[in-house]
Amino acid sequence: MTSILDGIFSGLSIGSILLLAALGLAIVFGLMGVINMAHGELMMLGAYTTYVVQNGFKSLGGVAFEFYIFVALIAAFIVAALVGLVLERGVIRYLYGRPLETLLATWGVSLILQQFVRSVNWVMAIGLVIFCVLFFGGMRLVAKRADFERIRGWAIAILLTLSTAISFLVGYLLAQSFKLAVTQPWFGAQNKDVTAPSWLRGGLPMGAYQLPYARIFIMLLTIACVVGVYLFLQKSPWGLRIRSVTQNRNMSACLGIPTQKVDALTFALGSGLAGVAGCAVSLLGSVGPNTGQNYIVSTFMVVVVGGVGKLEGAVIGALILGILEYVIGTGMLATLTTFQPLVDFFTFFATTSMAKVMVFFLIVVFLQFRPAGLFPQKGRTVDA
Amino acid sequence: MNEKILEIENLTVSFDGFKALNNLNFSMDAGELRVVIGPNGAGKTTFLDVITGKVKPTEGRVLFKGRNLRSYAEHAIAQMGIGRKFQTPRVYLNLTPRENLELSCNRNKRVFPTLFRKTPSAERRTVSGLLETIGLTHKADMKAGLLSHGEKQWLEIGMLVAQSPDLLLVDEPVAGLTDEETFRTGELLLSLAESHSIIVIEHDMEFVHQIARKVTVLHEGTVLCEGTMDEVQHDPRVIEVYLGREVDAEHPVTPLEDALLEPTGTLEVN
Amino acid sequence: MTAEATLERQGIDLAKRRSLLIEAGIVAAIALFFIFIVPLLLSGFRLSLMGRFLSLAIVALGIDLIWGYTGLLSLGHGVLFALGGYAIAMHLKLQIPPTASSQLPEFMTLYGVTELPWFWQPFYSFPFSALAVMLIPALLAALLGYLVFRNRIRGVYFSILTQAMTIIFFNFFNGQQKLINGTNGLTDFQTFFGVQVSAPSTQFVFYVVTVLLVVVAYAFCRWLTSGRFGRLLVAIRDDESRVRFSGYDPTGFKVLVFAVSGALAGIAGAMFTLQTGIISPKAMDIAFSIEMVIWVAVGGRASLVGAIIGALLVNFAKSLLSEQFPEVWLFLQGGLFLLVVMVLPSGLVGWLRTRGLELFRQITGKRKLSTYPALEEDPEVEHERKNLGD
Repeated sequence: MTSILDGIFSGLSIGSILLLAALGLAIVFGLMGVINMAHGELMMLGAYTTYVVQNGFKSLGGVAFEFYIFVALIAAFIVAALVGLVLERGVIRYLYGRPLETLLATWGVSLILQQFVRSVNWVMAIGLVIFCVLFFGGMRLVAKRADFERIRGWAIAILLTLSTAISFLVGYLLAQSFKLAVTQPWFGAQNKDVTAPSWLRGGLPMGAYQLPYARIFIMLLTIACVVGVYLFLQKSPWGLRIRSVTQNRNMSACLGIPTQKVDALTFALGSGLAGVAGCAVSLLGSVGPNTGQNYIVSTFMVVVVGGVGKLEGAVIGALILGILEYVIGTGMLATLTTFQPLVDFFTFFATTSMAKVMVFFLIVVFLQFRPAGLFPQKGRTVDA
Repeated sequence: MNEKILEIENLTVSFDGFKALNNLNFSMDAGELRVVIGPNGAGKTTFLDVITGKVKPTEGRVLFKGRNLRSYAEHAIAQMGIGRKFQTPRVYLNLTPRENLELSCNRNKRVFPTLFRKTPSAERRTVSGLLETIGLTHKADMKAGLLSHGEKQWLEIGMLVAQSPDLLLVDEPVAGLTDEETFRTGELLLSLAESHSIIVIEHDMEFVHQIARKVTVLHEGTVLCEGTMDEVQHDPRVIEVYLGREVDAEHPVTPLEDALLEPTGTLEVN
Repeated sequence: MTAEATLERQGIDLAKRRSLLIEAGIVAAIALFFIFIVPLLLSGFRLSLMGRFLSLAIVALGIDLIWGYTGLLSLGHGVLFALGGYAIAMHLKLQIPPTASSQLPEFMTLYGVTELPWFWQPFYSFPFSALAVMLIPALLAALLGYLVFRNRIRGVYFSILTQAMTIIFFNFFNGQQKLINGTNGLTDFQTFFGVQVSAPSTQFVFYVVTVLLVVVAYAFCRWLTSGRFGRLLVAIRDDESRVRFSGYDPTGFKVLVFAVSGALAGIAGAMFTLQTGIISPKAMDIAFSIEMVIWVAVGGRASLVGAIIGALLVNFAKSLLSEQFPEVWLFLQGGLFLLVVMVLPSGLVGWLRTRGLELFRQITGKRKLSTYPALEEDPEVEHERKNLGD
């Protein structure tokens, strides 16, 4: 009995992480039909933010450290949301209606973000800031001129070279004068450990098992996020706008809903949720540049199984996949039967990675019956 | 010509409880040209969707030449001889009109014949003939994306004919066309009607006048009435659904014809 | 239908045939150049790189077929590529001299396997292995394709399902030490038809075979895409549901194209494995599969030449840059994705065809007035000019 309870609990716990990660993805996909390959990297940014916040609070020490996690959650949300906003304004909005291209572009962004956290140091950060100030400031100044449209191409070319050159020069000078202090990477390629506050360590004893507090915390966090998103979508004016754009973009635009703002907002929200997910994930282990990659495919599968019609899809999809993965991965099924070939079969799949193989197989089978997922979008407009 | 080409019995289609078609009965003879009209949301497009297999009936059945279409997919239905032209012209923009027509004209549409069989010269001749009919001979080898709206409409009608179906379903063939183009489209449809059965869905009443022999009026998913243009125009129920008010003595109704002959925009905002 | 039109038609056919001949000539010339001249120009190391990249060009052709023409973005070609590689590698691993102490591949002895697993048995035969190189990936692609396309799953759904397939196979191959040496993959090949695999002369033969295979693959794809079949692929890409109403069932076509594309990937994987001397689950890395797509995007979608050029270009750039600045390469690669998608959506070849041609005319002073559609190209004008006379 307790083993089944433990199975359900662990499955739910895996599922809640999946859900947290998939929530943002599902909202964005539902609204814009865009799959964001950099979603995992936004999670990773959230995790790194947690790491930074933790270090900050460590130096404060004392009781404050016990509550850094709440600050970290908010910080992770904001950082990821801001990066998401930049991503949407800078890249994705030019690619609406071309989902496959968006896939490739966001993959490029994810590569850049991965390498960024590996090699970011003071020189790079300062150089980047200088570049942005010079380039965008310069563009803003030039844009005031009356003949801007005519000289646009030249302005971009000149400003781009100039600001790149200046920021490289400054970076070089900095590196020469301060040496290692500024050229040492902040994080490096190694994984970093995040220490959970003491009240999240240990676990709630349940018979022979222990329910880790960190996992309970993540489950509560997930519930809070789902409820929060639900309330936001259902009760707030912007939620109403998001829902209306999801259903009919053109009609919403005609009614005066600023669809561009809705897109940007939704994307930022989805990215922020990824940041929160990253923060949660960092409690379970170390943080590394590849943190996001480990989750991304599973979260995509959640969206495939759940369908894009409703939030419930993501919730149920994530929980089912989480439980399946756990139940298959631990070989629990093998203990349920005594029929030898079946036992062999189940033990063959009884590792975490082999469980994924089995789950994928099951998903493909599932799609034979429900091609559009659990909660498909309905109506005659779907397949115009 | 008493053989029925299309029979629809007690057809109901519901989306999430909303009945787009409600207990609809319809039949037409082989060789007939039928015009279907009806206000917005009457279920006209769903009607075509069901016939072409895009939407499966919730209840009831559709018989084409006596065969129930329920278990067939869209492509199978198309091969059985039902061709469809869409509301907005859907031609392959990156192919030339000639290639567009050749694809539709291809007799054996399975994978390997399409790959290995050479285009027979008979098909080529059909295509050239069709290009002439739809007036695109001299634009035959430029991308269809460069054609004008009217030319695309005609190209799509050409593709429909190239399929040589027995039943043509034509959804708003004159939307967005000039008066002259509209008239020519009407002529084209009339000449096609000599050898095919055709269902036309249209809002442009002048155009309906030009081609209509028998008209079916759809309303809220059912057939409201059926008859010649004259009969339909003077049917009080039709007047009611089109003008949206009770017929009573104190407010004499504008003759439907006037209303219908106004620019299409008043009746139908698409 | 007039006799005149028939004549015109025949004229077009003749012109087509002639341009086809010219194209074949050019292709043959390039192939000869690669076989006889390039080895003289490049050092041994660069030449072996060229051989590998040419085999990657074969996958690129496959991806172009499925993505550029049919509009299906597969992010799982790494698996198909690796399966081809594994098929030939298994054959090579079974080339054990009869004098050896164990008649098993050495890693099996290491893991305590005493008997050759059943699925290794047929790979003793070269014809079987050669067929398997093509058929195993093709069948896998066909199976997955059928299960997916049948249900009209498409667009990004197809992409992320193929991506999931990648990670699944990666996990699977990574975990099976006893069967296929897990993470380490199959390497350390000895002989192939009795000659040393690593000998320079053998490698040169592989190089030549690769060049020939690229030519064959190009010709094959050219044939597929030029006829009615190819036009149907474009039609499926542009408006799949319309194709259904024209009476075609897109499923079969998509499955076939995916399978063909898989077979090409398998061939490429095999040639790549022969030339690098190793195949491991790393080839099923998610990143590698997406990289393949970007080769095609750089070269130019829906252009077969573009796919080949893109594969060579990106890979040489990668090998040069990642030798010099390994840190920067990921930035550059990420930037390349963004650049290609946002600035150069039709790739180099597409750009050359439109803007490049214009630029060339501008430079040489033969600039055309750009009216839309260009006045002298307007068929209506042409028609009138021809028929009404001056």
